[in-house]
Amino acid sequence: MSKPATETLSVVVERDIPHPPEKIWRALTQPHLIEEWLMKNDFKAVVDHRFNLRADWGAVDCQVLAVEPHKTLSYTWGAYGLQSVVTWTLTATSTGTHLRMEQSGFRPDQQQFYQGAKDGWQRFFGNLEQTLVRLD
Amino acid sequence: MPSAPDVLFRTLADPTRRAIFERLCREGEQTVGALTARAGVSQPAVSKHLGVLRQAGLVRNRHEGRQTHYSAQPGALAPLIDWTSHMVGFWQSRFDRLEDLLKRMDQ
Repeated sequence: MSKPATETLSVVVERDIPHPPEKIWRALTQPHLIEEWLMKNDFKAVVDHRFNLRADWGAVDCQVLAVEPHKTLSYTWGAYGLQSVVTWTLTATSTGTHLRMEQSGFRPDQQQFYQGAKDGWQRFFGNLEQTLVRLD
Repeated sequence: MPSAPDVLFRTLADPTRRAIFERLCREGEQTVGALTARAGVSQPAVSKHLGVLRQAGLVRNRHEGRQTHYSAQPGALAPLIDWTSHMVGFWQSRFDRLEDLLKRMDQ
């Protein structure tokens, strides 16, 4: 088996975007802009700040871990007992920015977990799918 | 009876257990002794972790003489792979929306 298990336990999405890092940083950190592409929120780019991302299918509990303006933003992502970490990395390129998102860490919150993670996950995915369908 | 994802999540929540499983995935079949040498915990502890991994279907054992060899069964991760593919779809759609927003924003 050549594939490390860690690969299946994290999600990476990356893209070259024809806009400068400063502008993308604003979209990643200003609450009214975050709402336009991700979810309603009370985000602040301050380490340790706790915030929620809210959608009609539920809420995600988050806490800011790292802020390096125009370069790195990292926060915890807790939903239905699954605790992960979302890290954004912005790298300036000749045509704009290479934007990378990694969701990793996979630390199920034990307590919430034992309390019916199955139902929670099924609901989470069901709603997520509905949301994705609406986006198409 | 707990569902397969429940058991998997619970099994892989423990960092030592997850490390043992990842090593078996990376390096192939190993004995308890070889795993213990680098696990940072005692052999009984490693054996206990392997037992939990085996119950979750994540590892398989094979007896050869006095040694027991363990190997990873990554197919058991399918429910987690489903999770990651869901999340990839989720983030890709959010990237699309982010790009749309950037087009509308002022410099």
